[in-house]
Amino acid sequence: MNDDHHVILRVVSKMLIPVIVMFAFYTQFHGDFGPGGGFQAGIIFAVGVILYALVFGVPSAMRAVPPVFTRALAAIGVLLYSGVGYWALLQGGNFLEYQALFQEPPGKHKGQHIGILLIELGVLFAVAGAMLTIFYAFAGRVAEIRDKDW
Amino acid sequence: MIDILLRSAPDWALAHAAPLLVMVPLVLAPVLALVPSGRIAWFISIAGTFASLIFSLILLAIVQAPETSGVVSYAIGNWLPPLGIEFRVDALNAMILVLVSAMGVLASVMSYPTVVAEIPKEKTSLFYSAFLACFAGLCGVAITGDAFNLFVFLEISSLSTYVLVALGASRDRRALPAAFNYLVMGTIGATFFIIGVGFLYAATGTLNMADIASKLPDLTGSRTVQAGFAFIIVGLGLKAAMWPLHQWLPNAYSYSPSFVTMFLSATATKVALYAMIRFLFTVFSPRFAFEQAAFNAMLMPLGIAAMIACSFQAVFQTDVRRMLAYSSVAQVGYMILGVSIGTVAGLSAGLFHLLNHAMIKGALFMAVAAVVLTYKGTNIRDFAGLGRSAPWTMTAFAIAGLSLIGVPLTAGFQSKLQLGYALFEQGWWWAVILVVFSSFLAVIYVGRILEAVFFQPPVNPRKTRKEAPIVLLVPLWILALANIYFGITTEIPLGLARDAALAAFGPGMFR
Repeated sequence: MNDDHHVILRVVSKMLIPVIVMFAFYTQFHGDFGPGGGFQAGIIFAVGVILYALVFGVPSAMRAVPPVFTRALAAIGVLLYSGVGYWALLQGGNFLEYQALFQEPPGKHKGQHIGILLIELGVLFAVAGAMLTIFYAFAGRVAEIRDKDW
Repeated sequence: MIDILLRSAPDWALAHAAPLLVMVPLVLAPVLALVPSGRIAWFISIAGTFASLIFSLILLAIVQAPETSGVVSYAIGNWLPPLGIEFRVDALNAMILVLVSAMGVLASVMSYPTVVAEIPKEKTSLFYSAFLACFAGLCGVAITGDAFNLFVFLEISSLSTYVLVALGASRDRRALPAAFNYLVMGTIGATFFIIGVGFLYAATGTLNMADIASKLPDLTGSRTVQAGFAFIIVGLGLKAAMWPLHQWLPNAYSYSPSFVTMFLSATATKVALYAMIRFLFTVFSPRFAFEQAAFNAMLMPLGIAAMIACSFQAVFQTDVRRMLAYSSVAQVGYMILGVSIGTVAGLSAGLFHLLNHAMIKGALFMAVAAVVLTYKGTNIRDFAGLGRSAPWTMTAFAIAGLSLIGVPLTAGFQSKLQLGYALFEQGWWWAVILVVFSSFLAVIYVGRILEAVFFQPPVNPRKTRKEAPIVLLVPLWILALANIYFGITTEIPLGLARDAALAAFGPGMFR
């Protein structure tokens, strides 16, 4: 006899989580052409992991996506963003000047395209990493004084 | 010195000093989050703040050089202002940038012993990461020429400040409510500021400060603009600890790690005050009737009230850091009083005091950090007899304390003198009397500490000679000697403050 009440939740969320993560990337890459972008995609991606933590427990979520990894992800996101800025500087342009990334004349858009793509990727990493770090910080917190010790 | 710097700096540094000043510490902050060791983090944070200091000196040199227009404008991403984000440096914020980055270098040099003593080992590099983010945010507030961008940098610096204050919890649990209180108040301040910017955007259709300034003279009758003005002043007043919006400050200063107290007291409120001056004089203008009314009916009375009330409160404190925190609010009162005169002389007196007070409070809190490090107490009783066991630390403390009172031959005296001149020029002789009265209160509260330090026997007679480590003493003495040096020759800081005041009134006044 299985006394697990959450069978339906588990099955449904197992089906939903890949879709949520895929939707996150859809939002990310759709940001080039319409509404969407790194911030929203990062939140949606984090929601996928948070749903996993809610249904399967925080410890197993932390095994799948370790807190060290989320923190590094946030830092790498910021580095990626500012890295594009420095790349433009090295190519002789102003800070974050996409047009200068490949030293193109006006009218060519390769630099603009790659630049915004990398920037949005940086935002995705930073937002997803920061959201998960905040979630772990709250959910993984143990009470410093146990109730029976009062 | 200007010539040497301009000639020796490479071309890329001259062209891109403005974004690099902010972006070098901002890119090092996430790098530090990935670094495991606290000692490496310390070196990197010194390097980052030092790079910022170099860039800020270059900017100051460019702005002050006679052949330039006195303004450095940098278009981020080559999107030209007013559409794009502009970093705009003139004599006013070049001075603030040099102040913030010099204080950042001194603070990060002295930080390591106190951080090791007060912060858990596994959090050290994250602590430095938050420090660099805070530093970059403060530089960003000072450098940007875009009202919304100013809000973003204000939040970067504030959010990391809340973290830094809360990390005092391993020494004293009361740091947590203090940080939360600061978070609530600071967020209200930032919200008010952004609401005000929203009103201005609604009225003028632009976010670039210089562009707003060019459109406002036709709109002075507009209620939208006036409401925006009120929101911005209250919001920035909260951040700058303008009396009576200072309630977050005493707790935040007394319970945060001692290095954080030192850094914040020398920079954070100063930068917020800079932002306020920028809005009062450059974006809005003292010529507007409603701003003149705000000067006379709000800023001037509040500045005087801060001077008197918070000096009284400081007299009755038993904790040295709390006493100095209340004294900080009182000193902000002097600056606000100088600003509220609304003339070039008054503004330059306020800015001059801003510079001097950063040096004074930096030195005082650095000495307190040394005492916390070696004796673990911040009560006045804990300071008893320290003049004998830690003479170098306490002599520097005494010099800065005398400067805080305004004893002749110290920097504090010179700035009060300038404030007095500006007040007399305006015919506000009664305000001069109040300034002198407030200085007497400073004699009482600084005197209480100095009396304990030099004339009382040690509480614990076994306290032997125990000086602070050398990395702490050197920055402390740099600040203490600066207090004396700038008390004797005021040429450099007073010249900077005058140019800054002229630049605040608009580029036309400076050149």
